[in-house]
Amino acid sequence: MYPPSFDLTVARSVAEAVDALAEGGEDARILAGGQSLIPMLKLRFAAPSLLVDINEIAGLDLLERTNGHLRIGATARHADIVASDLPGGAVASAAPWISDPLVRNRGTVCGSVAHCDPEGDWNSVLLATGATVVATGPGGERSIDIGDFVVDFFTNSLAPGEMVTEVHVPVPAGASGGAYMKLERKVGDYATVGVATHLELGGDGTISAAGIAMTSVAPVNRKASDAEALLVGEAPGDELFAAAAEAAAAASEPRSDVRGSAEWKRNVVRVYTRRGLEAALAQAQAG
Amino acid sequence: MTATPDLSTPPEIGGIGHSVLRREDDRLIEGQGDFLDDVVLPGMLHMAIHRSPVAHARIRGIDSSAASAVDGVVAVVTGELMAAHNLAWMPTLSGDTQAVLATDKVRYQGQEVAAVIATDPYVAADAAALIEVDYEMLPAVTGPQQSLSADAPVIRDEKEGQTDNLVYTWESGDAEATDAAFESAARVVSLDTFYPRSHPAPLETCGIVADVNSVTGQATVYLTSQAPHAHRTLFALVAGLPEQNIRIISPDIGGGFGNKVPIYPGYVVATAASLLLGTPVKWIESRSDNLISTGFGRDYHMRGELALDGDGRILALRADVLSDQGAFYSDAQPTQFRAGLFHVVTGSYDFPAAHVTCRGAFTNKAPGGVAYRCSFRITEASYLIERLVQTAAYEIGMDPADFRLLNFIREDQFPYTTPTGFVYDSGDYHTALRKAMDEVGYAELRAEQAAARAEGRLLGIGIAHFTEAVGAGPSRTYDIAGLKMFDSAELRVHPTGKAILKLGVKTQGQGHETTFAQIVASELGIPVTDIKVVHGDTDNTPYGLGTYASRSTPTAGGATSMVSRKLADKGRKIAAHLLEAAEADIDLAAGTFSVRGTPERSVTIQEVAFAAYTNMPEGLEHGFEGVSYYDPPNLTFPYGSYIVVVEVDAETGVWKVDRMVALDDCGVRINPMIVEGQIHGGLTEGFAKSSMQWITFDEDGNCIGSNFMDYLVPTAWETPRFELLETCVPSPHHPIGAKGVGESATVGSPAAYVNAVIDALAHLGVRNIDMPVLPDRVWDALESAS
Ligand SMILES: Cc1cc2nc3c(=O)[nH]c(=O)nc-3n(C[C@H](O)[C@H](O)[C@H](O)COP(=O)(O)OP(=O)(O)OC[C@H]3O[C@@H](n4cnc5c(N)ncnc54)[C@H](O)[C@@H]3O)c2cc1C
Repeated sequence: MYPPSFDLTVARSVAEAVDALAEGGEDARILAGGQSLIPMLKLRFAAPSLLVDINEIAGLDLLERTNGHLRIGATARHADIVASDLPGGAVASAAPWISDPLVRNRGTVCGSVAHCDPEGDWNSVLLATGATVVATGPGGERSIDIGDFVVDFFTNSLAPGEMVTEVHVPVPAGASGGAYMKLERKVGDYATVGVATHLELGGDGTISAAGIAMTSVAPVNRKASDAEALLVGEAPGDELFAAAAEAAAAASEPRSDVRGSAEWKRNVVRVYTRRGLEAALAQAQAG
Repeated sequence: MTATPDLSTPPEIGGIGHSVLRREDDRLIEGQGDFLDDVVLPGMLHMAIHRSPVAHARIRGIDSSAASAVDGVVAVVTGELMAAHNLAWMPTLSGDTQAVLATDKVRYQGQEVAAVIATDPYVAADAAALIEVDYEMLPAVTGPQQSLSADAPVIRDEKEGQTDNLVYTWESGDAEATDAAFESAARVVSLDTFYPRSHPAPLETCGIVADVNSVTGQATVYLTSQAPHAHRTLFALVAGLPEQNIRIISPDIGGGFGNKVPIYPGYVVATAASLLLGTPVKWIESRSDNLISTGFGRDYHMRGELALDGDGRILALRADVLSDQGAFYSDAQPTQFRAGLFHVVTGSYDFPAAHVTCRGAFTNKAPGGVAYRCSFRITEASYLIERLVQTAAYEIGMDPADFRLLNFIREDQFPYTTPTGFVYDSGDYHTALRKAMDEVGYAELRAEQAAARAEGRLLGIGIAHFTEAVGAGPSRTYDIAGLKMFDSAELRVHPTGKAILKLGVKTQGQGHETTFAQIVASELGIPVTDIKVVHGDTDNTPYGLGTYASRSTPTAGGATSMVSRKLADKGRKIAAHLLEAAEADIDLAAGTFSVRGTPERSVTIQEVAFAAYTNMPEGLEHGFEGVSYYDPPNLTFPYGSYIVVVEVDAETGVWKVDRMVALDDCGVRINPMIVEGQIHGGLTEGFAKSSMQWITFDEDGNCIGSNFMDYLVPTAWETPRFELLETCVPSPHHPIGAKGVGESATVGSPAAYVNAVIDALAHLGVRNIDMPVLPDRVWDALESAS
């Protein structure tokens, strides 16, 4: 499969990348790991005039824990997350579920976040954990709440000329836990259903914060806000989790396709939300 | 046939029975293989094909002006141009015709409409995308039931006298005897099931480099071909080129699985373009080209019925098939069998009557019906009977293993003539199944299953006991497009005792360069490392029908033995001369000719070979070479017992394989390691079919499964661990007792996996879930059962 022709600029700094993007206009695209963009080019689903390669920019691959955040730089690979001890909860749980080792060695978290593919796993994790996206553009740097960043399928809220430079995932100070449950047809497949769960416990053991977000069952990665609301302030338990799972299933909007019927997918959301909450709770209680 | 010689050899000779490392692997692993896309010729142009985006439409016009204007485009070929050379249509392997480039209508999504020849493959692809076709849309027919309904549009309206979409009707067996058996039956059980469309999906796609010399008329055609000689003859017949001027070279092939048996439109266009332009033209498919347009497998809607007596013995079988052929009937199969060897559907069981009826229907889907790792529709047959006997066992409340043991053909019944006319050569099914059951711990598993059910867990144990009919010929019964199915081997032993073996068959990964050398090593005692195997070049190999249908060892393997024995006979004469003994007193074992009774008087095969060129006895011709064409007296009938254990997640329908025990009996194993590799591959493909893989279409005829994100190929990550066992009942008629094995596991295993999932749900009354057994289908079955 042969992509259409395009120009390529290899940026040496974020400033260079942002300049090139601004100059390239509408049709210019960042090339990060290329694990979504290159297939789209080869299938001729996209025909950008210019690719701005950010892989040579020094320091952009950062992965560190500072100020109660896990910071993930624009060229940090999925494999870096798998290999590192720094991430916990839903982030650590999700990383090994991203495709296969080949894709994880090249693909980036920030690229996945920017791509806004509703079948991508990371945006569910970021929605469940309340993460922030750091964007840099001609006007400088700004932080965008993940809920505002994800606009629609394959659409983010970056302004022209802006790129994602980091994402920040909060690391709670108290007891917390998280999980990512994914049903896939085979290793390397996108999620048929994915559910990210995140729980924080107060000193009395009740739930002080909760996050649930779903992959591949709505036009965008969707936060199950009603389900989250049911959990907060309550003591964890089977009935509560079943009710939250029911609310998450109700918030999903799956479609029937070759992967399975809508009705079954909604059932999987229910089962995986419950199992995810149980896993998150066990982790939080284990400390 | 002469008595089988002593074929045992020490490891340094490496004959039959030694797991010699594959001699082709060094070059393949180190990137020194020579695949089609490695062929680069001076002045070579590149071709890209413009395909129909829709499934059924009349062509009002084609505008290729924008494509022609692209810098680097040399020519745009349309159906009109092909028609001017009488090449717009071509014959298929089943006697139908197929459009090379569409002139009147497009009949499936992905059909070839035009081709661009350019200086570079990127330019060709860009220009092909610029071709504009004006379509008048027609309703798409996406299934055979719809296709045969009265109001369906006629897809093949260009065929004279074709007023509906029926391709063929075919039957086998005895309708009357079968009806009588059903009338007298104590019990009748039935199963309707569908074997979905799948694709061989070789990792190397199909391709050609056509190089027609404008001065000499010599056509050198590099082709991804499983059957180079047959393709040479078909090229001669279709293109009208003199056969001596056609040389097909099939280089290293990255997997075939039946996909590289047919002749594709792209081959014809590239060859015509090379002829017209006087330059070499390369065309190699993209992944999507391969998946949407080239030979698919299966797509069989099947109904089976068994008549049983009061004790659970099978009295008769009825099978009815509705086959989805796509837009052109192009099954690769012997002429007299319209549904391939589907009539082997009586399987491993002993009963007197069967009747099989088959219909084929045209649809707006890609043509094919190739024998995907299968001896002509045997996979479908094996799947139906093994699913059906399992159903019967549940219906009469008998354990599925006991039901099989009760109904198996017994060892003392071989050779066994089936009600549809196959003569099974040999087997011992009872021993095979019992051995597999012992290995898996069948009785304990049944107890575990009962305990699990009591806790609400779903455990399933599935069995499949398949019998295959592989290795076509004999030539009196089997042909492809009229070419009789025998095969050949030519052996030349050089003066220094090193040998070159030339075959009419062609490996696509099966390891021929190793295993065929091992046959010679066993027969003549020449070390396997001293034997070069040559294949795939029609100018340099004897005629043969190629590699598919597990036929290489049964046919060309037989030829290799026979030609070796010719040389052994000549060698005995030479040895008698060298040892001054009587020819009748010379024995050959492991490469040493010795005088019976005085074994210290001996010469080696190498000394004999040298003498053949330097010191020949009076009256013998010089040289030490020969050729043999082997026409087997019968097919071979490998079989196996597979047992799969699964656990099903009752909440989601997701199932996981806990155990896969596979016993295969393929007679004598030439290279046990290679046999196991073939079985591993087949078990993996069976797992793919049963769990995840299919090509399907939406109601407009759009193909879903056109790339590896949609058409799933399992990797080592999700493939279960396999536990292999064997028994060995040699083929009584094959020179070395071998049976084909390349396809056994692909044929036999799908039913084992599916039976295991059904078994987990059988107590709830579930009898069928169609492949792929996706979790939502399992969940649906559970929901509707409870
Ligand atoms: C076979 C296969 C299986 C896969 N399976 C999964 C899976 O199971 N789950 C999953 O989540 N993903 C999966 N992916 C996608 C993979 O995770 C990608 O790596 C990821 O979606 C995109 O990251 P990338 O770095 O490769 O981005 P690229 O492909 O380089 O870019 C993707 C898009 O994002 C834009 N972009 C990239 N980086 C930035 C940035 N810093 N700022 C602004 N825009 C940017 C690009 O311009 C482009 O439009 C799979 C991919 C493949 C090939």
